[in-house]
Amino acid sequence: MKIVDLFEEIWLALLSNKARSGLTILGIVIGIGSVIAMISIGQGSQKSIQSSIQSLGSNLILITPGAQRGVGMQVSQGRGSSQTLKKDDADAILSGIAGVKSVSPEVSGRYQVTAKGTNTNTSVNGVVAAYSTVRNVNVEFGSFLTDQQVKNMSKVAVIGPSTRDDLFGEGASYSDVIGQTIRIKNINFTVIGITEEKGGTGFNNQDDVIYIPLTVSQQYMTGGDYVSTIAVQSENDKVMTSVQDAITQLLLVRHNVETADFSIMNQADIVATASSVTSTFTVLLGSVAGISLVVGGIGIMNMMLTTVTERTREIGLRKAVGAKRKDINFQFLGEAIMLTFIGGILGIVLGWIASFIVSHFFSIATDVSMFSIILSFGVSGAIGIIFGYYPASRASKLNPIEALRYE
Amino acid sequence: MIECNNITKSYFNENEETQVLKKLNFSIRDGEFVAITGPSGSGKSTLMHILGALDTPTSGEYKLDGRNIADFTDDELADIRNKKIGFVFQSFNLLARTSVLKNVMLPLVYAEFPRSKREQIARDALARSGLSEEHYNKMSNQLSGGQMQRVAIARALVNNPSLILADEPTGNLDTKTGEIVLKTFEDLNRKHHHTIILITHEMDVAEHADRLILIRDGVIINDYKTKK
Repeated sequence: MKIVDLFEEIWLALLSNKARSGLTILGIVIGIGSVIAMISIGQGSQKSIQSSIQSLGSNLILITPGAQRGVGMQVSQGRGSSQTLKKDDADAILSGIAGVKSVSPEVSGRYQVTAKGTNTNTSVNGVVAAYSTVRNVNVEFGSFLTDQQVKNMSKVAVIGPSTRDDLFGEGASYSDVIGQTIRIKNINFTVIGITEEKGGTGFNNQDDVIYIPLTVSQQYMTGGDYVSTIAVQSENDKVMTSVQDAITQLLLVRHNVETADFSIMNQADIVATASSVTSTFTVLLGSVAGISLVVGGIGIMNMMLTTVTERTREIGLRKAVGAKRKDINFQFLGEAIMLTFIGGILGIVLGWIASFIVSHFFSIATDVSMFSIILSFGVSGAIGIIFGYYPASRASKLNPIEALRYE
Repeated sequence: MIECNNITKSYFNENEETQVLKKLNFSIRDGEFVAITGPSGSGKSTLMHILGALDTPTSGEYKLDGRNIADFTDDELADIRNKKIGFVFQSFNLLARTSVLKNVMLPLVYAEFPRSKREQIARDALARSGLSEEHYNKMSNQLSGGQMQRVAIARALVNNPSLILADEPTGNLDTKTGEIVLKTFEDLNRKHHHTIILITHEMDVAEHADRLILIRDGVIINDYKTKK
């Protein structure tokens, strides 16, 4: 049987029962569509988490005080609250370890801040000039803190755009903000800069923040020589691991301890952790959707078995006029594959539309990847073959004599 | 040219052998119009299945155009059915919701005949079977019983087979239409020299043929020329 004839027979057979073919296709459309939409949501959130981690700075190693704790223990206890890291540690890292580009010692706290009668509670970070490069913070108006200001303990502050909105009103122009005075813990600071908007929400709002010189923060707010984080930027991503090991050794020696009284994490670890969470999420969503695809496949098998029974006499006749076993087999297998193929194409379109709607109306990041399209196309083809195989082989094995007698 | 030598057919049911055909010997020359007849249970249907290459005999030789097809495989038999045999059934067995022309072209599809030539061949076959041209593009289920059987005859003719096997072709038709269909077979035999085997249990139908083979209980009890 010629291929073109095979296609014609398949096409006519599917058209001869439009309602049934349509409903069977619908099952596959929903299956494929939900797989595409779910995977796009999973991969979209993976991408957005990765990019927000990247926006914290590149080639970053974070050192925090307190011992590293294993899974299942209380993570927050101790970490950050113990005082084991000092400004001197940061200086030693910068001067003593090769491959370190810059080091940013930081202290942070939340304080009530007032300006011209308005007040807000926000995160106040004591930082040095290197912070802006290490943490990838850019100033939109004015300037960032300088090393001179840190050294001189100048009472100057750089504020984030959300803090500006809270203190000076939504979208206040920079000329109304720069040079103004704000009060933190009864100390007056002069605003010298506003940072660029970075985005982020909830607990991790990088725009609702005030930067003041580290020295000032240590003197008047946290007290002592301690820092809450040391952020280290390595020269490139290849030396990250070696820099991290060197820092660990250095700090162990400096603190004169055998087990670390600090935690050290590099950005790659953070990204990997976040990715493993989101890829689990993606797999979960995808497999829930996959179930509906299997149900759609069973729908195809059901329809094909009904079709084979209904068309037993036709199969008998086809055999009588010369159809070989493989002709019958290909015809019924072809019908099943054609159903899944059409369902697959429509499903991809539907999944695309669904993921567009999700990202547009529910502001959830989605990403329809070529991978998920190829995957679901392959899966739908495979479903056609798997669920069409049994009915088709049943049809091809029919005895023509009995098939012709079938009532 | 058909030659049957010692054809037997047995069915086995729980080790019990039921012999349906018992050592049949006969031959049919090209261009003959033969009726095989007998009461139901005589074995004529089984014989038709063997002659039509739908089934193979348990033992014996069945030569069609000089080739013994008694031990052919399923696919080889399909090929024989496609090229050498044309079937006409009691219940027409046309594809519903399919045009008359497409029905007639079906054997050509399995013969992998060039697509461009199929329609002309189908039209020629339909003309020979006596169906008027206005029906060619109708759906098969819009036709009357007599017209349907003509389409089925055209489908049997389309591959120019050595043998046309008609299994109770008038069984579902009224007497008048049945006469017309039988006349069609006579014309095909006289004018176009097709070999025709007519299987029927009705004597008056069988008598349209030139030769009559009478079967009872799996044996040929009579084989004679009709008076026509």
